[in-house]
Order: sequence, then C-alpha cells, then structure tokens
Amino acid sequence: MRLTKISAMAFAALIAGAGVATADESAELSIEGKTIPTRAEAPAYLENIDEVISGWVYRSDETQTLQADDFDNPAFVFVDTGADLFAEADGSAGKSCKDCHENVEDFAGLTTTLPRVNEAGELETLTDLVNECRTERMGAEPWKYSGTQMTAVTALIGLQSRGMPVNVAVDGPAAPFWEKGKELYYTRVGQLDLACANCHEDNYGNMIRADRLSQGQINGFPTYRLKNAKLNSVHGRFKGCMTNVRATPYKEGSDEFEALELYVASRGNGLAIETPSVRN
Amino acid sequence: MKHALYGLVVIAATATVAMAAETAPTDVKFEDGAVGASLGPAGDAANGRKVFANRKLGNCLACHVNSDLAEQPFHGEVGPPLDGVADRWSEAELRGIVVNAKNLFEGTIMPAFYISEGYNRPLKDFAGTPVLTAQEVEDVVAYLMTLKEQ
Ligand code: HEC
Ligand code: HEC
Repeated sequence: MRLTKISAMAFAALIAGAGVATADESAELSIEGKTIPTRAEAPAYLENIDEVISGWVYRSDETQTLQADDFDNPAFVFVDTGADLFAEADGSAGKSCKDCHENVEDFAGLTTTLPRVNEAGELETLTDLVNECRTERMGAEPWKYSGTQMTAVTALIGLQSRGMPVNVAVDGPAAPFWEKGKELYYTRVGQLDLACANCHEDNYGNMIRADRLSQGQINGFPTYRLKNAKLNSVHGRFKGCMTNVRATPYKEGSDEFEALELYVASRGNGLAIETPSVRN
Repeated sequence: MKHALYGLVVIAATATVAMAAETAPTDVKFEDGAVGASLGPAGDAANGRKVFANRKLGNCLACHVNSDLAEQPFHGEVGPPLDGVADRWSEAELRGIVVNAKNLFEGTIMPAFYISEGYNRPLKDFAGTPVLTAQEVEDVVAYLMTLKEQ
C-alpha cells in the first residue's frame, strides 16, 4: 500500500508535467444563463451505480467551456446546417420537413423518450423516425446513419429537448429490447475481451492512457468531437469503442446497436439532454 | 514499396525461426495463476520497456502508472501502479499475469496478452492471434523484473 501511495503522487506529478488539462468534476454546466444538471440519482435498475453523471463532467476545462456557450460550441455550425436541411424540399413529394412540422420547437421532449417501441412493436430511434419521414412521406432517399445530414438534423431536433430529463421506457413492450441491450452492455468482446461495463461502469473517473473515462452516457448526442471536427452519432461512438477493444462492431442502425442504445439511454434516465455536446 | 516488402520478409523469416522453440498460446501451463516455464525466447528487458509503452503492443501504460517511464505522458489509473512490482511478484507470477491475468485475478479488466482463443467477435485481423508474441511476452516479463524498489 505504501508503494501505491508513492506511485499515485508520482502520477500526479506526471500529469502536471505533461500539462494535461484535468477535469473539474465539480463544475456546473450553465448554458445561456440556464443551469443544466449534470448528475442525477441513478434509476433503481442500475445495480452497481448510485449516481448517473454526464460525460461533460469528465472533460477538460477547455472542452467544458466550449459546450457552455452556444456561440463557441462548434456543433452549432452543424445545427444551422440542420435547420437549412429541415426547410429544404427533397424527394418526389417535393416536401421539406418544415412542410409537416412547422415549428421545430414542437419537438421539445421527443428525444427524452427515444428509442421507443412503436405500434408495430419495433424499436425506433430518432434516426429511424427521420428516415421514415424521408422515405414514406417525402419520397426521398434515406440519409446515411452517421452522415452529415442525419447528424445535423438529429442535433437540431435533439437541441429542442435540451435541459429536459431523459425518460425512456424500459418496461412493457420495451422490456425485451432493454434486456437484449443490457446483455450486450455486459458482454466482453474483442481480442482485448472487454465489455462496456468494464470501462464505463467499473472505471468511470479513472484515466485510461490520455482519456478520462466517463459513464459513457448518450444524453449529449449527436456530439461534436474535437478529434474529428464533426458531429458523431451514438452508433458511431459504439462502433469506435468496440473497434478500440479490437472487436468487430455491429452495424450502425442494427438491431443490436438499437437495443444497446435503448439500454444505454436508460442508464441516463434522469440526466438532462445536452445535445449538442462537445467532447475531445 | 520495395523496402516495405523486404521488411516484411525479414520479419516473417525471424518469426518462423523463433516459433520453432516457442510455446503456443494454447499450450501454456498455469499453476496457481503462474507460468514457471519461459515461453521459449530469452527476454530482452530493453525491448520489453518499449513493448510496455507502445500503444499498438502492450499499451500497459493505458491502465498502469509506471515511474520508470516518466518520460512518457499519460499513465492510466485503471490498474495498480507497477513501481516495485518485482518485489511483490515472482517471475513466474508476472509471466502468468501477462499471459492471462484472469487466472490470478478473477474477472479482471486486464486483457490476456497471450491467448489465441476464448474471446468473442474479434476484428478479423486479430482473430486467432494473441496480442503479443512469445518473444514480446518474455521481453515484458524481463522488463517487469527490473521494476524493483527494495
Ligand atoms: C477500453 C475501454 C472502453 C470500452 C470497453 C468501451 N468504451 Fe466507451 N469510451 C471509452 C473512452 C476512453 C471514451 C472517451 C472518454 C469518455 O467519454 O468516457 C469513451 C466514450 C464513450 C461514449 C461517449 C460518452 C460521451 O459523454 O460523449 C459512449 C456513449 C460510450 N463510450 C459507450 C460505450 C459502449 C456502449 C461500449 C460497449 C459497446 C463502450 N463504450 C466500451 C472507452 C471504452
Ligand atoms: C485495461 C486495463 C489494463 C491493461 C491494458 C493492463 N493491465 Fe495490468 N492490471 C490491470 C488491473 C485492473 C490489475 C489489478 C488486478 C485486478 O484486481 O483486476 C492489473 C494488475 C497487473 C499486475 C499485478 C500488479 C500488482 O501489483 O498486483 C501486473 C504485473 C500487471 N498488471 C502488468 C501489466 C502489463 C505488463 C500490461 C501490458 C502488457 C498490463 N498490465 C496491461 C489492468 C490492466
């Protein structure tokens, strides 16, 4: 134990020496004068966690600050593109989203409940809903899952729920999807043989090489990443984490990733929507 | 291009030579989480130090603080600091931990570095192969044996 203590100090010195920007885990997120809670009591079905915490909490001061001001937040360039796309007619029906949804503000609250099970008994995500409008009502081609158009428009729609608590259904018709997502969350995969839970449940708050691990919450998606300077989708992130452990990822939009999305969303029930968030 | 190919041939040739005397991942014998016998090649601590830090090889720094590598930024905190680790564990135990730490630490997050099966959905390029070669494991073990504080 003595050794551990000395090493921990050495570690602190290393961090300082390397000039790593440490996260201020007690910082409060306030955007445009409005406080957005970044912590909430964990839902009862989370057996190993008492508090759910936004990924914002674990980012560096600089990254935290970028998200705290819509003018500085680089994601808003894409949200503006989303607004243009929203009003742009496309497809054989010659319609835009706006022709049916006059005020995008009316979508306030929508993303707090997604993914959800529809009347046909299928699990649907925001991406599914957008593409359904495009193919069924506009006569247009579906957008690519993580393409610029899809992430821009889902960011615009998600923004309308900013500050509202995530509240996805986990029981009733959602239960089998939720169970499947839970199983995926705890299943080790890849040559490195790791599950989501190994990093995001057992080790949040700890550094893993240059990154501080968060709980892997999705309340801020689509998220702008400084690493690739664009909006990143939920399934794109899942894919990245699986590839990092040298696992063959599931396909974006697959049943597996949609179930996992529901389960991960439910791990953030009670947290405020932060779309569009900023991450490294 | 010509040079790159040449390099590959050399590596392949060395690998074949080394492999003759190597214990395959599926043949490693454990006793109480430890592996007494060398996997074959003699360990080179200096190279082990490189393997330890290399993100594509051991990437041990992802999870462990190690003051001996203070020149490298970003040491993780997922596992215990490894300063003085050779005072706490024998060579056989350290080899066991690197080959497959799950035999000593049940349910550990630490990946097994010398197994070729038993994991799900590996990326194609990594299917059926261990993270490290027998040589690299021996190099890392030799390096860990230098981490003494007493
Ligand atoms: C080897 C460790 C590791 C594993 C395993 C892992 N992740 Fe991650 N994940 C990271 C790191 C590092 C980051 C970036 C820092 C952070 O936000 O936690 C990250 C980020 C994320 C984020 C973004 C969080 C945010 O606030 O923007 C999500 C979502 C996520 N992971 C989900 C998952 C899911 C789902 C799985 C399983 C399929 C998984 N991760 C497996 C290491 C891991
Ligand atoms: C993804 C995280 C991770 C990686 C990568 C990792 N380890 Fe570990 N390691 C751990 C954890 C966690 C423990 C503690 C065992 C436990 O309780 O699960 C550990 C324990 C150890 C121990 C025993 C330390 C002690 O004092 O008891 C040694 C030695 C060790 N690791 C060496 C290595 C080496 C060498 C590498 C790279 C080739 C490596 N580790 C890579 C997570 C990791």
